[in-house]
Amino acid sequence: MPSITIDNKKIEFENGMTVMQACELAGAEIPRFCYHEKLSIAGNCRMCLVEMEKGPPKPVASCAMPAGDGMVIKTDSEMVKKARKGVMEFLLINHPLDCPICDQGGECDLQDQAMYYGFDKTRYEENKRAVQNKNMGPLVKTIMTRCIHCTRCVRFSTEVAGVDDIGLLGRGENAEITTYLEKTIESELSGNVIDLCPVGALTSKPYAFKSRPWELTKTETYDVFDGIGSSIRIDTRGKKVLRALPRINEEINEEWISDKSRFAIDGLSRQRLDSVYTKLNGKLQKSNWDHAFSLIHDQIIKTGKQNSVFLSGKFTDAETLFAAKKFSESLKSFYYDCRFDNAQFIENSNESFKFNSTIQEIENSDAILLIGTNPRWEAAVLNARIRKAFLENNCQIGVIGPKVNQTYRYNHLSDSLNYLNKLSDGNTDFNKVLNNAKNPLIIIGTSAINTADGKKILETSAALAKKIQKNKDINPLNILYQDISRVGALELNFYNKYFDNNYNLQLKKHIDNNKPVVFLMGLDEVDLSILKNAYVVYLGHHGDQSASVADVILPTPAYTEKTSTYMNIEGRVIQTNKCHNPLGEAKEEWKIFRVLSNLINHQLKFNNLSELRDEITKNFNQFTSINELKPNKNITFAKVNKIDDIKIQYNINNFYMNDSISRSSETMALCTKDILNKAA
Amino acid sequence: MHHPGTNNKVYKKINDNFEWSSENFKKISEIIKKYPSNRIQSAVIPLLDLAQRQNRGWLSKNSLEKVAETLSMSYIRVLEVATFYSMFNLEPIGKNFVQICRTTPCWLRGSDKLSRVAQEVCETNIGETSDDKKFTVVEVECLGACCNAPMVQINDDYYEDLDEKSFKKLLQDLKTNKSIKAGSQIGRKSSQPERKLDA
Repeated sequence: MPSITIDNKKIEFENGMTVMQACELAGAEIPRFCYHEKLSIAGNCRMCLVEMEKGPPKPVASCAMPAGDGMVIKTDSEMVKKARKGVMEFLLINHPLDCPICDQGGECDLQDQAMYYGFDKTRYEENKRAVQNKNMGPLVKTIMTRCIHCTRCVRFSTEVAGVDDIGLLGRGENAEITTYLEKTIESELSGNVIDLCPVGALTSKPYAFKSRPWELTKTETYDVFDGIGSSIRIDTRGKKVLRALPRINEEINEEWISDKSRFAIDGLSRQRLDSVYTKLNGKLQKSNWDHAFSLIHDQIIKTGKQNSVFLSGKFTDAETLFAAKKFSESLKSFYYDCRFDNAQFIENSNESFKFNSTIQEIENSDAILLIGTNPRWEAAVLNARIRKAFLENNCQIGVIGPKVNQTYRYNHLSDSLNYLNKLSDGNTDFNKVLNNAKNPLIIIGTSAINTADGKKILETSAALAKKIQKNKDINPLNILYQDISRVGALELNFYNKYFDNNYNLQLKKHIDNNKPVVFLMGLDEVDLSILKNAYVVYLGHHGDQSASVADVILPTPAYTEKTSTYMNIEGRVIQTNKCHNPLGEAKEEWKIFRVLSNLINHQLKFNNLSELRDEITKNFNQFTSINELKPNKNITFAKVNKIDDIKIQYNINNFYMNDSISRSSETMALCTKDILNKAA
Repeated sequence: MHHPGTNNKVYKKINDNFEWSSENFKKISEIIKKYPSNRIQSAVIPLLDLAQRQNRGWLSKNSLEKVAETLSMSYIRVLEVATFYSMFNLEPIGKNFVQICRTTPCWLRGSDKLSRVAQEVCETNIGETSDDKKFTVVEVECLGACCNAPMVQINDDYYEDLDEKSFKKLLQDLKTNKSIKAGSQIGRKSSQPERKLDA
């Protein structure tokens, strides 16, 4: 390995590294503004200057200089200090001194580095420049005078987000960052430019003037707004969630989160169910737990224990699912299910509902077949990986499903699922692409498998996947679920064959025949007319659709208010942390089922969360190891079926508002208005 | 100082339809052929120039967007290039685009006076367009003809070795639509010595 000497310390480095990366290996921290690991190198801020012996007589920008064997670098010499001080002085010439009213204050790269390299007073007597603020939409607030032209935002939107919206106009003193004609950034990842901006030029509009970073309680947890379970940090003050920020997690979200994960949090303090409601004379009224429990108990006995229905929703965690399942089984009822979107899977084959290849593997892929999925909306961060593959490996992407605007070029193969027949025959052009690819992947969305033919489609796709599999360690068959709850629910066997093929129809049949008690665990994605004859008990945190037809409402904590276990689409077990206490009277769902079971038959034995978790891991050992993946390399259900002409319709209509939290969010409503409805 | 080329805004008051003329359309395919097929965006500068010539010396919103569509680039990328170079005008200009060099050699040789003359004859201020739309007068930095200072550029041609009188005449001729002679106004060839050297 080549070696380099940094501050008299000799270290080895890998070929292709830059001087800056080598310095980091050696433990020498280099200040920077424009350089970012995940973006291309620009080299325009000049903050990372270092001295190179036997090199040019002037300092070099370490971020753009490739490290070479035998180089001697100094990062703390007089020359370096002087150079950086000079750069800092230039940067500060036109930077306003408005830190006291700047939202970046306290977490600002420029502020921090000015503490080390800044002069205490200015030598500049000319006029400072002022730049007009730009409109970038409802999420990103701009104060462009603060901009230091690092172009991180330009590179992010072009490279990662895949929307050529932001650009640097003019040059020299007249340079300005803007969007074309000041239009809104039309990206699901636009919020990340706020984190990338090293100064306060791009800040969060909803968070403007809300808080200072040192006032916030920071909790590391996971995101629940899509299936991938991004690592996030929630910043709270008291019982109010003020910010959601990404944490670095190379295996899932790299450094990004979607705008929904970041900005839907204002929905957490609106439309909340904070106390128990029961129906009296056809009207929901505030009530108390004891009364609600006795009502539910009486109804369960009246309508027949064995008829009770338990349906899970988008955010239902493993604890709730397990407790509900145990409770249901203790009532001798097996009417529980999680497949509210009617997506099918193959029983006893857990690779039929997982993202088997792992999310990270997308990067290495060179051919991807998307079947009935719009990843840009279903998992925006995952879509950034597909774009990465497209840019870096020239990945060929084929789409079966309606044409939508993706952030990469793709071959539109067909609108109809019967194209799978052709792919099975193996004579299409895309077959060649898949066969020639070193690492092909198939990604199936729920829009393709939400009919009675779903199983057939899975089997046929599995056969295709088996045919194209090149590497025995990478399973090319991927199912992309849109919600965080589903994979865990299916792993916990939270389904009943009764609901196979047509969830709504079977549910309606059961409800109309038996008029049972239906427990909705945060389920709002259900046709309300089906519930007409049921006694609805709604366990949830938002007064959304289902709450309006509920007979009893039991408030439960939202995802930031409890610690829960989820399984993401890959089958990775993640555990969220409690960021603050639940609002109002909210109680965890498992506690509710535990109390109900006391009233009825004393069958649930767990007394606290750890006992419950022990019981889960005892019964389902796939929940034992947290954050570890045991990839499923086999495909057991491959079978070629004849597929009918089924036209795909994506089952996601609005990226910004498709669950109870984001539907309550003002910011998301604004995005829908400004971005989606404007574009249409 | 105002200059229609150093402006970061797209002019929105006039926005005529822009379609390539058939002649330019042929030129475009020639230009694009000069670049590798996956790098045709490199043709953005020649195409912007073509568009500017076709659009009476400036780039309107529609012409910028046309260039972007021709090269399958995003609008912002084209606008970045158009705003970077001061030779691309983003505002309407007059029939004669008078660029007076004001860098040191020309200044020492009296470019200030030329600037005054221009404002007088064209009846406009520096950086602005006359009411009759015949002239836009701007001051620019070195145009690289210092040997023949002071000089101005009017549209595509250089007019050199000027003084107040000759420049005034030049502009008045332009005003009355008379044809004028490009190059040195004292009759010397390129930058030969001004006086005959003693033998």
